[in-house]
Amino acid sequence: MTAPNHRWRKFKNALMQTVTLVCAILVVAPLVLVFYHLVKEGFSSMNWAFFTQLPKPVGESGGGMANAIVGTFILLGQAAVLGVPIGVLGGVFLSEYGSSRLNWWIRFAADVLNGVPSITWGMVVYAMIVVPMKGFSAWAGGLVLGLMMIPLVMRTTEEVLQLVPGGYREAALALGISKWRTSVQIVIRTALKGIVTGVLLAMARVAGETAPLLFTAFGNQYWTHNLNDPIAALPLQIFSYAISPYDDWHRQAWAGALMLLVLVLFINVGVRFLTRDRFRQSNR
Amino acid sequence: MMTTMTTGEKPAISAAQPGNQSASAVPALTVKNLSVFFGKNEVLKKVSLDVTARAVTAIIGPSGCGKSTFLRSINRMHELVPEARMTGEIRLFGDDIYARNVEPVIVRRRVGMVFQKSNPFPTMSIVDNVTVGLRLNGMRNRAVLAERTEQSLRMAALWDEVKDRLHAPAISLSGGQQQRLCIARALAVQPEVLLMDEPASALDPLATAKIEDLILELKKTYTIVIVTHNMQQAARVSDHTAFFYLGELIEFGPTAKIFTSPSQKRTEDYVTGRFG
Repeated sequence: MTAPNHRWRKFKNALMQTVTLVCAILVVAPLVLVFYHLVKEGFSSMNWAFFTQLPKPVGESGGGMANAIVGTFILLGQAAVLGVPIGVLGGVFLSEYGSSRLNWWIRFAADVLNGVPSITWGMVVYAMIVVPMKGFSAWAGGLVLGLMMIPLVMRTTEEVLQLVPGGYREAALALGISKWRTSVQIVIRTALKGIVTGVLLAMARVAGETAPLLFTAFGNQYWTHNLNDPIAALPLQIFSYAISPYDDWHRQAWAGALMLLVLVLFINVGVRFLTRDRFRQSNR
Repeated sequence: MMTTMTTGEKPAISAAQPGNQSASAVPALTVKNLSVFFGKNEVLKKVSLDVTARAVTAIIGPSGCGKSTFLRSINRMHELVPEARMTGEIRLFGDDIYARNVEPVIVRRRVGMVFQKSNPFPTMSIVDNVTVGLRLNGMRNRAVLAERTEQSLRMAALWDEVKDRLHAPAISLSGGQQQRLCIARALAVQPEVLLMDEPASALDPLATAKIEDLILELKKTYTIVIVTHNMQQAARVSDHTAFFYLGELIEFGPTAKIFTSPSQKRTEDYVTGRFG
């Protein structure tokens, strides 16, 4: 019953399985490596002061990144206020309305935008907002992150809305429910978890952006009381500390990077939690 | 069960002639020269027939014969296909449903629909599914909503099974219960006509029997048009039967006659299982 080259085929099979396993490990390895380094270098500097104090002037040791942590959340909030409604409604248009030819162009544009290097975004907003306003500002930083979120949120929203079976739309329309109420109260509601997932992932993605913020939010050593002023953000603070010549700042940069990674990880775990629930429901 | 098909004498009854038992009743639907096109494809060709009120009219025919399109043209659901257009006329108790000032939304409130695949809204409870048509059309009165819920679920023969768990998720029901929930949901907006697109074809025989009993019960109040692939089902539940083939209405008449002595050769071939 054995084929003539049976042993050779079994060997090839085992070999290829090993190769794929090694590749799979290589995918995970960087995460482990990054996390290991960040914890090793940064965890010791993640003390109370790190979360509560402002950066100390050059030469003084200690201090923290409280303003950068708060600044990142403010920027993310601004970005979400801009990016979520436009992105979600744009996704609704793509999925529920529009003609196939128009949608093709919108999708194409969104995909191109998703591929635009982030520093380009920063330069555009710099020219459009920072130069006319004669100064860096939190507004400009929130705007650039929000603009980057729009195509991300739009595409994921469209995708999850497309996953809603057409039967639900038909059922709603056949009850004499208007098209927009069907879109909002039936289709979006059915896909809500998927939309939230997409929004969170987009926020996680822009949370770590540094290049566009260099041209817009700029960074700040102090608290920002006015959104027309420059504002601190974790990636900016990490960047400026990491390229500084001071050991204390290097340690704080590690801690900042760890903080950023934990934030992104936290968002991703939250997403997992949401999607797991959704999977169970659709599996009923 | 069905009686055996005998061909026998075939009195000449032309296509598109409505049944005659209730000649005095006003037809619920009057369809005249209805043609429906999807792009350049003519899927319904000059169909004319009258649907009797408070009776069951079955639409039979092989796949692709236009029966679902016919059903959907009655509540203008075929317009969801972007390139759809129609010619001809459909009147619902005298009102032209394709008149210029008539919104499809209004037509659909008067003509309810039940689909082949049961599709209760998965994010909603049983009671929310029943009342969704009312609530999303602006009904806020809780007493009315509660009354309609019980009434509709009773009419759909589901009340006794779900009255103790109205707030459970709709998708926790069995397949047959879900389909009856969809019927209750359609009834809650109090339509005048109920369209059913193969409502039992995804159900087991027991659940199918329940739906069929329900149809016989509902026709006391509602006008029902049902598309079915199951000829025995058409024979069991309907008063009139229309046979469609390749977009044309081949024959229309009292169900007993269509199944025992059809006037058209093609009808006879189809109902006896010789093709289709």
